[in-house]
Amino acid sequence: MMRLGLGERRRISCTVNGVARSGFAEGRTLLSDFLRHELNLYGTHVGCEHGVCGACTVILDSRLARSCGTLAMQADGAEITTIEGLGDSDREPALREAFSRHGALQCGFCTAGVLLSVKHFLQHNPKPSDGEIRDMLSGHLCRCTGYEGMVRAIAEVAEGQP
Amino acid sequence: MKPAAFEYCRPDTLEEALAALAEFADDAAVMSGGLSLGALLNTRLVQPAAVIDINRITGLDRIEVTGSMLHTGPLVRQADALNSPLIGEALPLLAAALPNVGHYQTRSRGTLAGSVAHADPSAEIPLCLAVLGGEVELASSRGRRRVGAGDFIQGALETGREGDEMLAGLLWPKSQSGDGVAFIEVSERHGDFAIAAAAAVARRDGDALRYTLGLGGIEDRARLTSGSAPAAASAFAELAEQAAGDLARQLDPMQDRRASAAYRRHLAGHLGAQALEQALVRAGMEGGT
Repeated sequence: MMRLGLGERRRISCTVNGVARSGFAEGRTLLSDFLRHELNLYGTHVGCEHGVCGACTVILDSRLARSCGTLAMQADGAEITTIEGLGDSDREPALREAFSRHGALQCGFCTAGVLLSVKHFLQHNPKPSDGEIRDMLSGHLCRCTGYEGMVRAIAEVAEGQP
Repeated sequence: MKPAAFEYCRPDTLEEALAALAEFADDAAVMSGGLSLGALLNTRLVQPAAVIDINRITGLDRIEVTGSMLHTGPLVRQADALNSPLIGEALPLLAAALPNVGHYQTRSRGTLAGSVAHADPSAEIPLCLAVLGGEVELASSRGRRRVGAGDFIQGALETGREGDEMLAGLLWPKSQSGDGVAFIEVSERHGDFAIAAAAAVARRDGDALRYTLGLGGIEDRARLTSGSAPAAASAFAELAEQAAGDLARQLDPMQDRRASAAYRRHLAGHLGAQALEQALVRAGMEGGT
Protein backbone atom coordinates (compact mmCIF):
# COMPACT_ATOMS: atom_id res chain seq x y z
CA MET A 1 0.00 0.00 0.00
CA MET A 2 1.33 3.40 -0.95
CA ARG A 3 1.10 5.93 1.91
CA LEU A 4 1.91 9.58 1.99
CA GLY A 5 2.02 11.34 5.35
CA LEU A 6 0.79 14.82 6.24
CA GLY A 7 2.66 17.47 4.26
CA GLU A 8 4.81 14.85 2.53
CA ARG A 9 5.45 15.32 -1.19
CA ARG A 10 5.95 12.65 -3.81
CA ARG A 11 6.88 12.58 -7.47
CA ILE A 12 3.96 11.85 -9.77
CA SER A 13 4.70 10.51 -13.24
CA CYS A 14 2.03 10.39 -15.88
CA THR A 15 1.47 10.73 -19.60
CA VAL A 16 -0.16 14.01 -20.50
CA ASN A 17 -1.26 14.49 -24.09
CA GLY A 18 1.03 11.67 -25.15
CA VAL A 19 4.12 13.09 -23.43
CA ALA A 20 5.72 11.65 -20.27
CA ARG A 21 5.55 14.29 -17.54
CA SER A 22 6.30 14.40 -13.84
CA GLY A 23 5.96 16.76 -10.95
CA PHE A 24 5.53 16.82 -7.18
CA ALA A 25 2.33 16.71 -5.17
CA GLU A 26 1.03 16.27 -1.63
CA GLY A 27 -1.78 13.86 -0.85
CA ARG A 28 -4.26 16.70 -0.86
CA THR A 29 -3.07 18.30 -4.10
CA LEU A 30 -5.90 18.45 -6.63
CA LEU A 31 -5.27 17.20 -10.16
CA SER A 32 -6.36 20.62 -11.48
CA ASP A 33 -3.66 22.36 -9.39
CA PHE A 34 -1.06 19.74 -10.34
CA LEU A 35 -1.72 20.28 -14.05
CA ARG A 36 -1.63 24.06 -13.74
CA HIS A 37 1.08 24.70 -11.18
CA GLU A 38 3.42 21.70 -11.52
CA LEU A 39 3.10 20.98 -15.23
CA ASN A 40 2.33 24.58 -16.27
CA LEU A 41 -0.68 23.46 -18.31
CA TYR A 42 -2.89 26.46 -17.67
CA GLY A 43 -5.50 25.50 -20.27
CA THR A 44 -7.38 23.49 -17.65
CA HIS A 45 -9.56 26.12 -16.01
CA VAL A 46 -10.66 26.08 -12.39
CA GLY A 47 -14.17 27.43 -11.84
CA CYS A 48 -16.28 26.34 -8.87
CA GLU A 49 -13.72 23.93 -7.43
CA HIS A 50 -16.38 21.57 -6.12
CA GLY A 51 -17.30 19.53 -9.15
CA VAL A 52 -20.32 21.49 -10.39
CA CYS A 53 -19.27 23.81 -13.22
CA GLY A 54 -17.30 21.41 -15.44
CA ALA A 55 -14.61 23.94 -16.43
CA CYS A 56 -11.80 21.68 -15.14
CA THR A 57 -12.96 18.54 -17.00
CA VAL A 58 -10.13 16.36 -18.38
CA ILE A 59 -9.92 12.81 -19.72
CA LEU A 60 -8.22 10.51 -17.20
CA ASP A 61 -7.59 6.94 -18.38
CA SER A 62 -10.47 7.11 -20.89
CA ARG A 63 -12.94 8.51 -18.37
CA LEU A 64 -14.07 12.08 -17.96
CA ALA A 65 -12.91 13.54 -14.66
CA ARG A 66 -13.58 16.77 -12.84
CA SER A 67 -9.90 17.47 -12.16
CA CYS A 68 -10.84 19.59 -9.11
CA GLY A 69 -12.47 16.52 -7.53
CA THR A 70 -9.61 14.22 -8.42
CA LEU A 71 -6.37 13.97 -6.47
CA ALA A 72 -3.04 14.40 -8.24
CA MET A 73 -2.03 11.06 -6.66
CA GLN A 74 -4.77 9.38 -8.68
CA ALA A 75 -3.04 10.48 -11.89
CA ASP A 76 0.14 8.61 -10.97
CA GLY A 77 0.87 6.33 -13.92
CA ALA A 78 -2.25 7.50 -15.74
CA GLU A 79 -2.89 8.84 -19.21
CA ILE A 80 -4.42 12.30 -19.25
CA THR A 81 -5.77 14.44 -22.06
CA THR A 82 -6.12 18.17 -21.45
CA ILE A 83 -7.18 20.95 -23.79
CA GLU A 84 -3.53 21.37 -24.84
CA GLY A 85 -3.74 17.85 -26.29
CA LEU A 86 -6.57 18.65 -28.68
CA GLY A 87 -4.99 19.30 -32.01
CA ASP A 88 -5.16 17.88 -35.47
CA SER A 89 -6.44 14.36 -34.90
CA ASP A 90 -9.95 12.98 -35.51
CA ARG A 91 -12.63 15.63 -35.67
CA GLU A 92 -10.75 18.12 -33.53
CA PRO A 93 -10.03 20.68 -36.28
CA ALA A 94 -13.67 20.46 -37.44
CA LEU A 95 -14.85 20.91 -33.87
CA ARG A 96 -12.68 23.98 -33.35
CA GLU A 97 -13.83 25.51 -36.60
CA ALA A 98 -17.50 24.77 -35.89
CA PHE A 99 -17.29 26.21 -32.37
CA SER A 100 -15.84 29.39 -33.82
CA ARG A 101 -18.36 29.71 -36.65
CA HIS A 102 -21.44 29.01 -34.49
CA GLY A 103 -20.46 31.34 -31.67
CA ALA A 104 -20.18 28.36 -29.33
CA LEU A 105 -17.75 30.26 -27.15
CA GLN A 106 -17.36 33.83 -26.04
CA CYS A 107 -15.12 34.32 -23.00
CA GLY A 108 -13.72 30.80 -23.38
CA PHE A 109 -13.60 29.97 -19.68
CA CYS A 110 -15.83 26.89 -19.94
CA THR A 111 -14.61 25.91 -23.40
CA ALA A 112 -11.61 23.77 -22.42
CA GLY A 113 -13.77 21.47 -20.33
CA VAL A 114 -16.59 21.45 -22.87
CA LEU A 115 -14.30 20.38 -25.72
CA LEU A 116 -12.90 17.45 -23.73
CA SER A 117 -16.44 16.34 -22.91
CA VAL A 118 -17.37 16.60 -26.58
CA LYS A 119 -14.31 14.57 -27.63
CA HIS A 120 -15.23 11.78 -25.18
CA PHE A 121 -18.94 12.02 -26.02
CA LEU A 122 -18.50 11.74 -29.79
CA GLN A 123 -16.12 8.79 -29.36
CA HIS A 124 -18.85 6.92 -27.47
CA ASN A 125 -21.86 8.30 -29.34
CA PRO A 126 -20.79 9.30 -32.89
CA LYS A 127 -24.33 10.15 -34.07
CA PRO A 128 -26.06 11.80 -31.10
CA SER A 129 -29.53 13.31 -31.18
CA ASP A 130 -30.03 16.96 -30.26
CA GLY A 131 -31.52 15.77 -26.97
CA GLU A 132 -28.42 13.70 -26.19
CA ILE A 133 -26.15 16.65 -27.01
CA ARG A 134 -28.15 18.93 -24.70
CA ASP A 135 -28.10 16.28 -21.97
CA MET A 136 -24.31 15.97 -22.25
CA LEU A 137 -23.87 19.76 -22.15
CA SER A 138 -25.91 19.95 -18.92
CA GLY A 139 -22.68 18.93 -17.18
CA HIS A 140 -21.12 22.30 -18.03
CA LEU A 141 -21.96 25.82 -16.97
CA CYS A 142 -21.57 28.50 -19.64
CA ARG A 143 -22.68 32.02 -18.80
CA CYS A 144 -22.00 33.56 -22.23
CA THR A 145 -23.52 31.59 -25.05
CA GLY A 146 -26.82 30.11 -23.94
CA TYR A 147 -25.50 26.78 -25.29
CA GLU A 148 -27.39 26.97 -28.61
CA GLY A 149 -24.22 27.56 -30.62
CA MET A 150 -22.56 24.59 -28.94
CA VAL A 151 -25.51 22.32 -29.77
CA ARG A 152 -25.39 23.42 -33.42
CA ALA A 153 -21.61 23.06 -33.66
CA ILE A 154 -21.56 19.57 -32.13
CA ALA A 155 -24.49 18.39 -34.27
CA GLU A 156 -22.78 19.66 -37.40
CA VAL A 157 -19.49 17.93 -36.61
CA ALA A 158 -21.34 14.71 -35.76
CA GLU A 159 -23.11 14.82 -39.10
CA GLY A 160 -19.74 15.24 -40.76
CA GLN A 161 -20.87 18.28 -42.74
CA PRO A 162 -18.99 21.56 -43.03
CA MET B 1 -11.10 25.89 -1.91
CA LYS B 2 -8.53 23.23 -1.19
CA PRO B 3 -8.75 20.20 1.08
CA ALA B 4 -7.17 20.36 4.52
CA ALA B 5 -4.07 18.16 4.76
CA PHE B 6 -4.67 14.45 5.12
CA GLU B 7 -2.67 11.26 4.98
CA TYR B 8 -3.14 9.57 1.60
CA CYS B 9 -3.44 5.78 1.50
CA ARG B 10 -3.64 3.80 -1.73
CA PRO B 11 -4.27 0.15 -0.90
CA ASP B 12 -3.75 -2.56 -3.54
CA THR B 13 -6.09 -5.04 -1.87
CA LEU B 14 -9.35 -4.91 0.07
CA GLU B 15 -7.52 -6.32 3.12
CA GLU B 16 -5.09 -3.39 3.05
CA ALA B 17 -7.98 -0.95 2.77
CA LEU B 18 -9.73 -2.52 5.76
CA ALA B 19 -6.51 -2.47 7.80
CA ALA B 20 -6.08 1.25 7.06
CA LEU B 21 -9.71 1.90 8.00
CA ALA B 22 -9.20 0.09 11.30
CA GLU B 23 -6.04 2.09 11.97
CA PHE B 24 -7.75 5.46 11.47
CA ALA B 25 -11.00 4.28 13.08
CA ASP B 26 -13.55 7.08 12.75
CA ASP B 27 -11.24 9.50 10.99
CA ALA B 28 -10.78 8.13 7.46
CA ALA B 29 -12.76 8.77 4.29
CA VAL B 30 -12.99 6.19 1.51
CA MET B 31 -12.69 7.64 -1.98
CA SER B 32 -14.11 5.91 -5.03
CA GLY B 33 -15.17 8.25 -7.85
CA GLY B 34 -14.60 11.33 -5.70
CA LEU B 35 -17.65 13.13 -7.11
CA SER B 36 -19.24 13.63 -3.68
CA LEU B 37 -16.23 13.31 -1.39
CA GLY B 38 -14.15 15.68 -3.53
CA ALA B 39 -16.67 18.48 -2.99
CA LEU B 40 -16.83 17.80 0.76
CA LEU B 41 -13.02 17.82 1.01
CA ASN B 42 -12.59 20.98 -1.06
CA THR B 43 -15.19 22.90 0.93
CA ARG B 44 -13.70 21.41 4.13
CA LEU B 45 -17.08 20.14 5.25
CA VAL B 46 -15.07 17.03 6.05
CA GLN B 47 -11.45 17.05 7.22
CA PRO B 48 -10.48 13.40 7.66
CA ALA B 49 -7.08 12.39 9.02
CA ALA B 50 -6.75 10.02 6.05
CA VAL B 51 -8.23 9.47 2.61
CA ILE B 52 -8.25 5.85 1.51
CA ASP B 53 -8.30 5.71 -2.28
CA ILE B 54 -9.75 2.35 -3.33
CA ASN B 55 -9.51 2.95 -7.10
CA ARG B 56 -6.49 0.68 -7.63
CA ILE B 57 -8.01 -2.38 -5.95
CA THR B 58 -8.81 -4.91 -8.65
CA GLY B 59 -12.07 -6.81 -8.76
CA LEU B 60 -14.23 -4.20 -7.06
CA ASP B 61 -15.92 -3.19 -10.32
CA ARG B 62 -17.85 -6.42 -10.88
CA ILE B 63 -21.55 -6.82 -11.48
CA GLU B 64 -22.50 -10.35 -10.48
CA VAL B 65 -25.66 -12.41 -10.13
CA THR B 66 -25.91 -14.21 -6.79
CA GLY B 67 -29.17 -16.16 -6.70
CA SER B 68 -32.11 -13.74 -6.74
CA MET B 69 -29.82 -10.76 -6.19
CA LEU B 70 -27.48 -8.70 -8.29
CA HIS B 71 -24.28 -7.69 -6.47
CA THR B 72 -22.56 -4.52 -7.61
CA GLY B 73 -19.03 -3.96 -6.32
CA PRO B 74 -17.93 -0.65 -4.76
CA LEU B 75 -16.18 0.50 -7.95
CA VAL B 76 -19.06 -0.05 -10.39
CA ARG B 77 -19.20 3.31 -12.18
CA GLN B 78 -22.59 4.86 -12.89
CA ALA B 79 -21.81 5.12 -16.62
CA ASP B 80 -20.90 1.41 -16.76
CA ALA B 81 -24.09 0.50 -14.88
CA LEU B 82 -26.10 2.57 -17.36
CA ASN B 83 -24.48 0.69 -20.27
CA SER B 84 -24.76 -2.74 -18.65
CA PRO B 85 -27.21 -5.11 -20.40
CA LEU B 86 -27.35 -7.14 -17.18
CA ILE B 87 -28.55 -4.14 -15.17
CA GLY B 88 -30.91 -3.11 -17.96
CA GLU B 89 -32.59 -6.50 -17.76
CA ALA B 90 -32.39 -7.31 -14.05
CA LEU B 91 -32.79 -3.80 -12.59
CA PRO B 92 -35.06 -1.77 -14.89
CA LEU B 93 -35.85 0.69 -12.07
CA LEU B 94 -32.16 1.53 -11.60
CA ALA B 95 -31.71 1.72 -15.38
CA ALA B 96 -34.59 4.22 -15.54
CA ALA B 97 -33.14 6.30 -12.71
CA LEU B 98 -29.50 6.42 -13.85
CA PRO B 99 -29.92 9.00 -16.64
CA ASN B 100 -31.05 11.38 -13.87
CA VAL B 101 -27.95 10.72 -11.74
CA GLY B 102 -25.62 13.68 -12.17
CA HIS B 103 -24.38 14.39 -15.67
CA TYR B 104 -22.66 12.51 -18.51
CA GLN B 105 -19.35 13.76 -17.11
CA THR B 106 -19.92 12.86 -13.45
CA ARG B 107 -21.32 9.39 -14.19
CA SER B 108 -18.05 8.53 -15.94
CA ARG B 109 -16.20 8.09 -12.62
CA GLY B 110 -19.02 8.33 -10.07
CA THR B 111 -19.94 4.98 -8.47
CA LEU B 112 -23.22 3.40 -7.38
CA ALA B 113 -21.86 2.56 -3.93
CA GLY B 114 -20.33 6.01 -3.46
CA SER B 115 -23.73 7.62 -3.93
CA VAL B 116 -25.25 5.31 -1.30
CA ALA B 117 -22.36 5.90 1.14
CA HIS B 118 -22.70 9.67 0.67
CA ALA B 119 -26.46 9.53 1.46
CA ASP B 120 -27.61 12.77 -0.09
CA PRO B 121 -31.38 13.04 0.56
CA SER B 122 -32.06 13.75 -3.12
CA ALA B 123 -29.90 10.94 -4.50
CA GLU B 124 -31.60 8.56 -6.92
CA ILE B 125 -29.48 5.44 -6.34
CA PRO B 126 -30.23 5.00 -2.62
CA LEU B 127 -33.91 5.72 -3.37
CA CYS B 128 -34.00 2.86 -5.90
CA LEU B 129 -32.13 0.53 -3.53
CA ALA B 130 -34.66 1.25 -0.76
CA VAL B 131 -37.72 0.82 -3.02
CA LEU B 132 -36.38 -2.52 -4.29
CA GLY B 133 -35.70 -3.71 -0.73
CA GLY B 134 -31.97 -4.04 -1.42
CA GLU B 135 -29.11 -4.28 1.02
CA VAL B 136 -25.77 -2.65 1.68
CA GLU B 137 -22.80 -4.96 2.27
CA LEU B 138 -20.29 -3.59 4.76
CA ALA B 139 -16.81 -4.95 5.31
CA SER B 140 -14.30 -4.32 8.07
CA SER B 141 -11.33 -6.21 9.46
CA ARG B 142 -13.89 -7.61 11.96
CA GLY B 143 -15.91 -9.27 9.20
CA ARG B 144 -18.82 -8.57 6.90
CA ARG B 145 -22.44 -7.68 7.50
CA ARG B 146 -25.48 -6.69 5.50
CA VAL B 147 -27.88 -3.89 6.33
CA GLY B 148 -31.21 -3.16 4.64
CA ALA B 149 -31.07 -0.02 2.52
CA GLY B 150 -33.86 1.59 4.59
CA ASP B 151 -31.93 1.09 7.83
CA PHE B 152 -28.53 2.02 6.40
CA ILE B 153 -29.42 5.61 5.58
CA GLN B 154 -30.23 7.45 8.79
CA GLY B 155 -30.49 11.02 7.58
CA ALA B 156 -28.84 13.59 5.34
CA LEU B 157 -25.23 12.36 4.88
CA GLU B 158 -25.78 10.05 7.89
CA THR B 159 -25.48 6.28 7.56
CA GLY B 160 -25.12 3.20 9.74
CA ARG B 161 -21.55 2.64 8.54
CA GLU B 162 -19.14 2.15 11.45
CA GLY B 163 -15.88 4.11 11.29
CA ASP B 164 -13.80 1.06 10.38
CA GLU B 165 -16.19 -0.18 7.69
CA MET B 166 -16.41 0.40 3.96
CA LEU B 167 -19.11 -0.47 1.47
CA ALA B 168 -18.16 -3.80 -0.07
CA GLY B 169 -21.09 -3.74 -2.45
CA LEU B 170 -24.79 -3.28 -2.99
CA LEU B 171 -27.27 -6.15 -3.20
CA TRP B 172 -30.19 -5.55 -5.52
CA PRO B 173 -33.18 -7.94 -5.68
CA LYS B 174 -33.57 -8.79 -9.35
CA SER B 175 -36.67 -7.76 -11.19
CA GLN B 176 -39.01 -10.54 -12.32
CA SER B 177 -40.61 -10.82 -15.70
CA GLY B 178 -43.86 -8.84 -15.65
CA ASP B 179 -42.78 -6.36 -12.95
CA GLY B 180 -43.76 -2.75 -13.61
CA VAL B 181 -41.36 0.06 -12.68
CA ALA B 182 -41.34 3.84 -13.04
CA PHE B 183 -38.99 6.65 -12.08
CA ILE B 184 -39.79 10.36 -12.35
CA GLU B 185 -38.01 13.39 -10.96
CA VAL B 186 -38.09 17.16 -11.07
CA SER B 187 -34.88 19.19 -10.81
CA GLU B 188 -33.75 22.66 -11.86
CA ARG B 189 -31.91 21.28 -14.87
CA HIS B 190 -31.87 17.65 -15.94
CA GLY B 191 -29.12 15.96 -13.93
CA ASP B 192 -29.10 18.44 -11.07
CA PHE B 193 -30.03 17.32 -7.57
CA ALA B 194 -33.67 16.23 -7.47
CA ILE B 195 -36.13 18.64 -5.86
CA ALA B 196 -38.41 15.63 -5.70
CA ALA B 197 -38.10 12.11 -7.10
CA ALA B 198 -40.54 9.21 -7.19
CA ALA B 199 -39.67 5.55 -7.78
CA ALA B 200 -42.27 2.79 -7.94
CA VAL B 201 -42.31 -0.97 -8.48
CA ALA B 202 -45.32 -3.25 -8.86
CA ARG B 203 -45.48 -7.04 -9.12
CA ARG B 204 -48.37 -9.36 -9.84
CA ASP B 205 -49.20 -11.73 -6.98
CA GLY B 206 -52.25 -13.84 -7.91
CA ASP B 207 -55.20 -11.46 -8.31
CA ALA B 208 -53.35 -8.54 -6.78
CA LEU B 209 -50.57 -6.16 -7.72
CA ARG B 210 -48.21 -5.53 -4.81
CA TYR B 211 -46.49 -2.18 -5.01
CA THR B 212 -43.88 -0.03 -3.27
CA LEU B 213 -43.61 3.69 -3.86
CA GLY B 214 -40.63 5.73 -2.67
CA LEU B 215 -40.21 9.49 -2.56
CA GLY B 216 -36.77 11.10 -2.50
CA GLY B 217 -35.58 14.67 -2.03
CA ILE B 218 -38.52 15.55 0.23
CA GLU B 219 -37.23 14.62 3.68
CA ASP B 220 -33.72 13.80 4.88
CA ARG B 221 -34.01 10.27 3.42
CA ALA B 222 -36.27 8.27 1.11
CA ARG B 223 -39.79 7.62 2.40
CA LEU B 224 -41.71 4.54 1.29
CA THR B 225 -45.24 3.19 1.24
CA SER B 226 -46.40 -0.27 0.17
CA GLY B 227 -49.78 -1.75 -0.62
CA SER B 228 -51.73 -3.73 -3.14
CA ALA B 229 -54.25 -3.15 -5.89
CA PRO B 230 -56.63 -5.52 -7.67
CA ALA B 231 -54.86 -6.70 -10.83
CA ALA B 232 -58.12 -6.68 -12.79
CA ALA B 233 -58.80 -2.98 -12.15
CA SER B 234 -59.54 -1.02 -15.31
CA ALA B 235 -57.60 2.03 -14.10
CA PHE B 236 -55.14 2.79 -11.32
CA ALA B 237 -55.10 6.60 -11.34
CA GLU B 238 -57.39 7.06 -8.35
CA LEU B 239 -55.65 4.46 -6.20
CA ALA B 240 -52.22 5.88 -7.09
CA GLU B 241 -53.32 9.42 -6.27
CA GLN B 242 -54.72 8.25 -2.93
CA ALA B 243 -51.61 6.27 -1.95
CA ALA B 244 -49.15 8.99 -3.00
CA GLY B 245 -51.31 11.72 -1.43
CA ASP B 246 -51.49 9.82 1.88
CA LEU B 247 -47.69 9.45 1.94
CA ALA B 248 -47.07 13.08 0.92
CA ARG B 249 -49.36 14.39 3.70
CA GLN B 250 -47.34 12.50 6.34
CA LEU B 251 -44.05 14.07 5.23
CA ASP B 252 -42.28 17.05 6.71
CA PRO B 253 -40.63 18.43 3.55
CA MET B 254 -37.29 20.23 3.45
CA GLN B 255 -37.25 23.85 2.42
CA ASP B 256 -34.41 25.50 0.52
CA ARG B 257 -33.54 28.04 -2.15
CA ARG B 258 -35.01 25.82 -4.86
CA ALA B 259 -38.36 24.87 -3.39
CA SER B 260 -40.67 25.64 -0.46
CA ALA B 261 -41.97 22.87 1.79
CA ALA B 262 -45.44 23.31 0.29
CA TYR B 263 -44.15 22.96 -3.27
CA ARG B 264 -42.15 19.85 -2.33
CA ARG B 265 -45.28 18.30 -0.78
CA HIS B 266 -47.23 19.11 -3.94
CA LEU B 267 -44.52 17.54 -6.11
CA ALA B 268 -44.32 14.50 -3.86
CA GLY B 269 -48.01 13.76 -4.25
CA HIS B 270 -48.06 14.51 -7.96
CA LEU B 271 -44.89 12.64 -9.00
CA GLY B 272 -45.68 9.79 -6.62
CA ALA B 273 -49.12 9.33 -8.18
CA GLN B 274 -47.68 9.41 -11.71
CA ALA B 275 -44.91 6.92 -10.95
CA LEU B 276 -47.17 4.54 -9.06
CA GLU B 277 -49.85 4.59 -11.75
CA GLN B 278 -47.26 3.87 -14.45
CA ALA B 279 -45.77 0.97 -12.49
CA LEU B 280 -49.22 -0.54 -11.81
CA VAL B 281 -50.34 -0.19 -15.44
CA ARG B 282 -47.12 -1.83 -16.66
CA ALA B 283 -47.40 -4.68 -14.14
CA GLY B 284 -51.06 -5.14 -15.01
CA MET B 285 -50.30 -5.56 -18.69
CA GLU B 286 -49.39 -8.92 -20.16
CA GLY B 287 -45.61 -9.20 -19.94
CA GLY B 288 -45.07 -5.96 -18.03
CA THR B 289 -41.96 -3.84 -18.53
